Amino acid sequence: MAEQEEKRDDKKGEKFSIWDLPDVPAKLPPHIEFQRSRVLCNLDAPIHTENVTYGGAYASMGVDNSLQLDNFRKNFGVEVIRLTKEDMEFDLIGIDVSIANAFRRILISELPTMAIEKVLVANNTSVIQDEVLAHRLGLIPVIVDPRLFAYMSENDTSNGKNTIVFKLHVRCERGEPRMTVKSNELKWLPNGSELLLESKPDSNPESKPRTYTSFSCSQDSLPEFSNNPISPMLDITIARLGPGQEIELEAHAVKGMGKTHAKWSPVGTAWYRMLPEIVLLEDVEDEDAEKLVKTCPVNVFDIEDIGNGRKRATVARPRACTLCRECLRGGEEWEKRVSLRRVKDHFIFTIESTGALPPEVLFTEAVRILEDKCERVITELS
Amino acid sequence: MEHGAFGDQSKATFSLTEEDHTLANAVRFTLNQDPRVTLSGYSIPHPSDARVNIRVQTTGDPASEVLKDACQDLMLMCRHVRSTFDKAVDDFKASNGVQAMKIDSKE
Ligand code: SF4
Repeated sequence: MAEQEEKRDDKKGEKFSIWDLPDVPAKLPPHIEFQRSRVLCNLDAPIHTENVTYGGAYASMGVDNSLQLDNFRKNFGVEVIRLTKEDMEFDLIGIDVSIANAFRRILISELPTMAIEKVLVANNTSVIQDEVLAHRLGLIPVIVDPRLFAYMSENDTSNGKNTIVFKLHVRCERGEPRMTVKSNELKWLPNGSELLLESKPDSNPESKPRTYTSFSCSQDSLPEFSNNPISPMLDITIARLGPGQEIELEAHAVKGMGKTHAKWSPVGTAWYRMLPEIVLLEDVEDEDAEKLVKTCPVNVFDIEDIGNGRKRATVARPRACTLCRECLRGGEEWEKRVSLRRVKDHFIFTIESTGALPPEVLFTEAVRILEDKCERVITELS
Repeated sequence: MEHGAFGDQSKATFSLTEEDHTLANAVRFTLNQDPRVTLSGYSIPHPSDARVNIRVQTTGDPASEVLKDACQDLMLMCRHVRSTFDKAVDDFKASNGVQAMKIDSKE
């Protein structure tokens, strides 16, 4: 592979000789730096995909590959590209893939949210079975800040600190057209469950009847919720009812994490990709330029005028590249002209929130969780 | 956490419960960056067991100290990521707020 690489460099006209290097090089020779920092996407397969993480990897060349925190602080950057209420795209520049991946994994599976876990069905005459209905309800995002709630452990009873109760009671009257039940019908019960527990006849008649939850106070009296009542994500279809059918149930939402069940994942998905870098190794002119612009399905290339009615292809929108490699398929000469690369330490990160928390808060929370994990290990080792 | 060091402090395996690739891979990265480390790696013995084993061998320093420093490094990196990110988001919101105002005033 090293030989190949040398040949490639020769073709590029960047002749490199080991004798030209200074005695104590401050940085890596260009072809090794290229292997270290770029993935080269050839037509058959990408190469240089591995990451060199070992700090002493280039010690024999007098180059320190280890990460100094000061250097990291100097070089690391974040650039927000898009930020809306439910999704955001940003660039993480100068970070190793292992850490970017840790953030992604935490976002998907270790950030808590509230989701419906228990469904008490009082009546269901619809065609959709209880368990399917319960599953559908579980997947509806509950729009509330999960940091205001506690986890419910096995021996806990449902109370105002760990449970949110919703009620659903819909009925399609006879003689009416079929109706669609949307998540808007889920009504928040700030006082907890309204379904009575079966009580023994000899119990004290004075005492309040016991329900499936024991809320000490109404949730809407709390300052967090008094002005913004808790609701599920609106406009999600739960079921369809025919004439005469009815659903009456209560749904209890509790706090959980995505690794237990995907319904607790706060993101639709979170992903990253490495920044594409496209280099034209030789000038692509006239018909070739037109051809190149046409082959790319996402319009990465553009044409510029270089006078005398001649045209030259330029790389205008490298970020849009999807790595379909269509531009390399024109024949061997195209493989020599176009070089597709990825920058190994530049990540285009995208987060789609389900709605419980805004995406920028999700990311800061994810980073904080990784910090907590480190702290836990440190305290256990001390 | 179990500790696999007997006699020689410079080589040890640490078994972390309730952790997975998320932490182990990131810590392996910071461990590998440390010049005192001669070998580091991790394995998950069984996928249905929430446990990860991290192996650390050093040039002489106690392995637990080196692992601790690696976690410390990772934590400081995270802290820096968080502050940089917050600042970037604030800047973005501020500059977009200005744009929105411009649209309102039909400039
Ligand atoms: S790989 Fe596909 S998307 Fe990327 S530049 Fe080539 S043709 Fe365009």
